[in-house]
Amino acid sequence: MNATNHSKAAHEFLRDPQRAAWHDQTLWMVRSKRDRMAARVPEWEQLREAASQIKEHTLSQLAEYLEQFADNAEANGIQVHWAADGDEHNRIVHGILERHGLRKLVKSKSMLTEECHLNPYLQQHGIEVIDTDLGERIVQLQEKPPSHIVMPAIHLKRAEVGEVFHEHLGTPAGLDDPQQLTEAARQHLRNHFLTADAALTGVNFAVAETGGFVVCTNEGNADMGAHLAPVHIACMGIEKIIPKQEHLGVFLRLLARSATGQPSTVFSSHFLKPRPGQEMHLVLVDNGRSRQLARLDYRKSLACIRCAACFNTCPVYRRSGGYSYSYFIAGPIGSILAPNVDKAAHSSMPFASTLCGSCTSVCPVKIDIHAQLLKWRQEITAAGHAPWWKKAAMQATAFIVRRPFLFRFSGWLARKGLPLANLLRLDPWTRHRDLVDAPKQTFREWHNQQSSKAPVSSENRVNPVQKEPTPTP
Amino acid sequence: MTLGLFIPCYIDQLYPQVGRATFSLLTGLGHHVEVPERPSCCGQPMSNSGYAKVGAGCIADFAREYTRFDHIVSPSGSCVLHFKESLEALHSPLAHRVYELCEFLHDVAKVESLPARFPHRVGLHQSCHGLRGLGLGNPSECMVPAFSKPTRLLKMVAGLKLVPLDRCDECCGFGGTFSVFESDVSVSMGRDRIRDHIHHGAEVITSADMSCLMHLGGLLSREAPQVKVMHIAEILTAA
Repeated sequence: MNATNHSKAAHEFLRDPQRAAWHDQTLWMVRSKRDRMAARVPEWEQLREAASQIKEHTLSQLAEYLEQFADNAEANGIQVHWAADGDEHNRIVHGILERHGLRKLVKSKSMLTEECHLNPYLQQHGIEVIDTDLGERIVQLQEKPPSHIVMPAIHLKRAEVGEVFHEHLGTPAGLDDPQQLTEAARQHLRNHFLTADAALTGVNFAVAETGGFVVCTNEGNADMGAHLAPVHIACMGIEKIIPKQEHLGVFLRLLARSATGQPSTVFSSHFLKPRPGQEMHLVLVDNGRSRQLARLDYRKSLACIRCAACFNTCPVYRRSGGYSYSYFIAGPIGSILAPNVDKAAHSSMPFASTLCGSCTSVCPVKIDIHAQLLKWRQEITAAGHAPWWKKAAMQATAFIVRRPFLFRFSGWLARKGLPLANLLRLDPWTRHRDLVDAPKQTFREWHNQQSSKAPVSSENRVNPVQKEPTPTP
Repeated sequence: MTLGLFIPCYIDQLYPQVGRATFSLLTGLGHHVEVPERPSCCGQPMSNSGYAKVGAGCIADFAREYTRFDHIVSPSGSCVLHFKESLEALHSPLAHRVYELCEFLHDVAKVESLPARFPHRVGLHQSCHGLRGLGLGNPSECMVPAFSKPTRLLKMVAGLKLVPLDRCDECCGFGGTFSVFESDVSVSMGRDRIRDHIHHGAEVITSADMSCLMHLGGLLSREAPQVKVMHIAEILTAA
């Protein structure tokens, strides 16, 4: 993948302006709902600050909290596994299934298993994997990844979902009624829940002091799976730890409001220990997280609670779609996580931003996302993952702007060229935008002229009224 | 007092009237205004493109040439933010003496009224670096009391009618070199912004950042030439 990877994909996405506008509006609606819901919490900003500090504290003592959590979970009867990377995670999950001869797994949403490519791994080993989150099931049937970490099929219109269901679930062709489509999905998934051998869930929060964990869903699919199957496997990244049960109050209030503008997810399910006769496994996965933890500039990215508020607010994401990003987590947060995994493969992601900072302002745990994007840009160019001419152009610019004579001359030349550029419309700027008509005199030329006829002429003076006179030195 | 005025490269070359308006606002307040010859550019294009080291010379030039001033003013929120952040990273006290124009008028000069008159419907484009970077107002994402320094100044202008917007602080898509390397997304964002302003009947779009207006103005010139862009300094000095 080259440095213009995102811009090329965005170009394709924007070839259908109406669809792009629909995508933008749909996600903007989610952002607006989030605003209305956040505004109703008088202590919203204090909650964000508390969440940020709890996460920073936890990350500063992550090893201790992980051990505390694992000890408590084991004391509760949960079998705890540690995976250094995605491959080990996949082997552990497969090992559990194989030991019991289990062939069919129902999954509730887990971005971690996307990260580890669990589905293809298990399928290669003859295991049937059913994603049970509705959006995720839709994209699974399409054999596509989620385009959004909270709303995996947000890029699809109702009629397109109808087509997928027609092909895979046998619903009538042309069906686009949401009630009928969800009913079809319900029947389809219910059958899978009843016949599953094992259930896999993600983890939103793992509480060190109790050894329990919380899974948030809107569809209850995590519960349907975990309560019916004889084996429950929960997979989590090591950054999902929070120290105390009471901290859940902070995060659960922030999560759903930030994610979808709901006061709370429909289900916030607390798992503490296996029910009699059930086996409960927990897989703790590093997969590059401790490397990111050691990068002080980017450590805070591990505070992310995967609400995707930064996706919904990002004007670039809304106008380029999740598939325009090279990493499975798209949007602003994905763009600061991806280079930790592979700087070269994801070199265009930190550049897919205007650095407007909306992501940072919306983030419920106050990750300085836009500042980290800028830092990754420096590292990516330093590692040589940028075209040679870009550096040459920047060096030439820096050389010119630091030398007044050269700057005046280059400016004069450039201004002479403006009408031609506007006429030809060949460069990425003038293809869609005019450049201004070149003024006869630059500011500095005017200023030098003024300075030669001191003092400042009265025509250039306005007389604002000030609260207090400005002291003159 | 003596103020250092920083006029960024593109304003110097393409929008000298913005520099003149800023100069006249500041001299009108009774200040002596000086414009050092170097640097011409703050170095942000290099930094945002991933070459902060290449642009570091501009910061060094600025720190040397402007250190003699108590206050430094620039009519460009974006350049000011870049100076501030770069100087803060170097622990330079100069970082706290650099002001965006509205910030200076509002916080330092404490301007309470202006003799300006501009009988038009105006849309305020809140540039991201001014809004979220310098805190010229409250970003819509944050649940804090509403305030806006540019709006307070525009309300001092006789006859001016501020139009409301559907998305009061969405980015215009300029983003420095983003406007070139990601031109499709950039243009799409810009079009949405101008539509919002036009939909609410703006005759003029203004901002504390001319770079955003260069982008929006470039689109307007092709798609809706009846709507103009003007830097806030031009409106605050309009008679």
